[in-house]
Amino acid sequence: MSSPPGRAGTVGLFATCLMNAMRPNIGFAAARLLEDAGWRVEVPREQTCCGQPAYNGGDEDAARALARRTIAQFEAFDALVAPSGSCLATLKYDYPRLLRDDPLWAGRAQALADKSWELLTFLHERVGAEHIRSRFPHRVTYHDSCSGLRQLGIREAPRALLARVEGLKLVEAEEREVCCGFGGTFSVKYPALSERLAENKVQRLLATRAEVVLGGDLGCLLHLAGRLTRICAPVRVYHTVEVLAGLADGPGIGQA
Amino acid sequence: MQIRTREFVPRATFALHDPNLQRALAKAADGFIGKRAKAIAEVPEFEALREAASARKDEILSELDLWLERFEARVRAVGGQVHWARDAEEARAIVLALCRRAGARTVAKGKSMVSEEIGLNEALAADGLEVIETDLGEYIVQLAKEPPSHIIAPAVHKTKEQVAELFAEHHGGPPKTTVPELVTEARLQLRRKFFRTDVGITGANFLIAETGASVIVTNEGNGDLTQSLARVHIVTAGIEKVVPTLEDATLFLRLLARSATGQDSETYTTYSMGPRRADDPDGPQEYHVVLVDNGRSRMLGGPWRPMLRCIRCGACMNHCPVYGAIGGHAYGWVYPGPMGSVLTPLFVGLDTAYDLPNACTLNGRCGEVCPVKIPLPDLIREVRHAQQRDGLHPPAEQRAKALWRRAAERPALYHGLERLAVRLLATLGRKGRIRRMAGLHAWTDARDLPAPSGRTFLELWHAKGRDE
Repeated sequence: MSSPPGRAGTVGLFATCLMNAMRPNIGFAAARLLEDAGWRVEVPREQTCCGQPAYNGGDEDAARALARRTIAQFEAFDALVAPSGSCLATLKYDYPRLLRDDPLWAGRAQALADKSWELLTFLHERVGAEHIRSRFPHRVTYHDSCSGLRQLGIREAPRALLARVEGLKLVEAEEREVCCGFGGTFSVKYPALSERLAENKVQRLLATRAEVVLGGDLGCLLHLAGRLTRICAPVRVYHTVEVLAGLADGPGIGQA
Repeated sequence: MQIRTREFVPRATFALHDPNLQRALAKAADGFIGKRAKAIAEVPEFEALREAASARKDEILSELDLWLERFEARVRAVGGQVHWARDAEEARAIVLALCRRAGARTVAKGKSMVSEEIGLNEALAADGLEVIETDLGEYIVQLAKEPPSHIIAPAVHKTKEQVAELFAEHHGGPPKTTVPELVTEARLQLRRKFFRTDVGITGANFLIAETGASVIVTNEGNGDLTQSLARVHIVTAGIEKVVPTLEDATLFLRLLARSATGQDSETYTTYSMGPRRADDPDGPQEYHVVLVDNGRSRMLGGPWRPMLRCIRCGACMNHCPVYGAIGGHAYGWVYPGPMGSVLTPLFVGLDTAYDLPNACTLNGRCGEVCPVKIPLPDLIREVRHAQQRDGLHPPAEQRAKALWRRAAERPALYHGLERLAVRLLATLGRKGRIRRMAGLHAWTDARDLPAPSGRTFLELWHAKGRDE
């Protein structure tokens, strides 16, 4: 029962590097939910990376160049939506900072920041949850990713949305606010530390006896799924939006 | 203190596998985090206090010279002396000269991170002085011939059993089994030493400009004995410790104890002001304050200034998952954890301390708990930027970043490479994952790499003609 597409406005879907390469299903799930609610979804062909790896890796110059590209690609839409709190925080908070001394771009950076949304927050606050009617009869735990949690304050949105899913039982893990140890390039620059943090997190997640781990950031999810399959844990991992859109019927991340 | 920051990776790796350390760290984390949370929950205005403290610190820092001079004038007015040390060497020389002039043989020390920063103990010992650390944690690490591993809990890396063994070795007698027994033993040992102390050296949590007082907070009262039983009291403090008024000090004190140990206030908050007056029952004959710059005034101008707000509570390290996994020694110098990952490179060199700001996931919990709202993740990232400007990131990483940037600015190339990579990874996947892959060991040694399906989102989306 979708509304005519475009009535609510046009969303530019930011296809994060990891989603684009590793889990296209997340993008399709996002589009389905947005379109069901009457939004027109466009995916600019020329988009690449938001620049966060450069920014966190020390290369401000590259981050600035990629910020300008992204702004140019997305500023015409009513909203930019990204299925990742981490990339979105870069757009929303780092772009205006990176470009604040650039008279040509400072205003454009802020204007884009003001209409950029993390997907789950957008669904919760702007779109409304009434179009979500999926069924997922499983015991689930939710991993709060740090960028989303601390920079964007995402805490309620995923839980409120998941409450709409028929049959889903959410069991909260302990130490929810502790990092999973992904940290972008940290995961490969300091693998021993990353592994320990992952293991600490995985222990907390497994203690919930959940069958499924959900989250809102593919970086953390690839890291956790990789650790979970490495230790042969019988747990599946999905991005939250896959469950919300009823597209979590296929294998979990890292499974066949 | 010896700089071992270059050994970060091997020391961190071993720390992950040191069973005693891991046991001690797990216990400490449980205590610190839970107690802080509880203490803060009882102060509804805590967020407002953080906001006020952060803003007040910034005001003070913008007029730091003024407050330091006023502090100096007040200290002089009450009969004390102020010494200005530009760097660690000058600071050591000043303290040594004061000890020599006092004919000192024994020096008692309250816990002072600045004294670690300037390498004071080694200098005093080299001059033939007996140095006695009087903070229990400092006393323990001194016996163990180790540096502190935490800025407020120096021996937090040791288990009770390790301490018992250490005490038995140094004090004789059978190892004690309970904490109260250990504390009593340390107290008896230290009490005898206090009475033959010539010079007492303490740090300062705050220096109050309007009164000329220095303030220390302790839970053991060792600072009080250190400074009132000795003939000469020397305070070593960083220049950022000055606050204008007593009122200011109370604002920061309300945040300090709760953030550090989850107490409403520490057991002892001691104000010392000048030498003993004629009608004072006790107190030192001389009172000196050594104000240590050691790079701080350089931090005033530029991006690092917020770091000078730091009141050394340790909350950032207590809430850091990396510190929690490896403890403080792996960081290789005086200041560990998030605050150390900013400060240490600034003190010892962006190169020498390369790993510290990089071995961080930027998860942001440190910034969230900082009582003076230092944007620690932003500053840690800023250190990485400074390292980039100096060309300090590993050559392979720099090349990879440069290539990646060139591709990311060219959508056709970037997407082409992504399509290629995704196809390659898909063929390597078994049961949806890649167990092991040449060139990707850093990832696959610790976890599988989930295998992609073989097509990118952009190609699937546009193949459907969605945006045409």
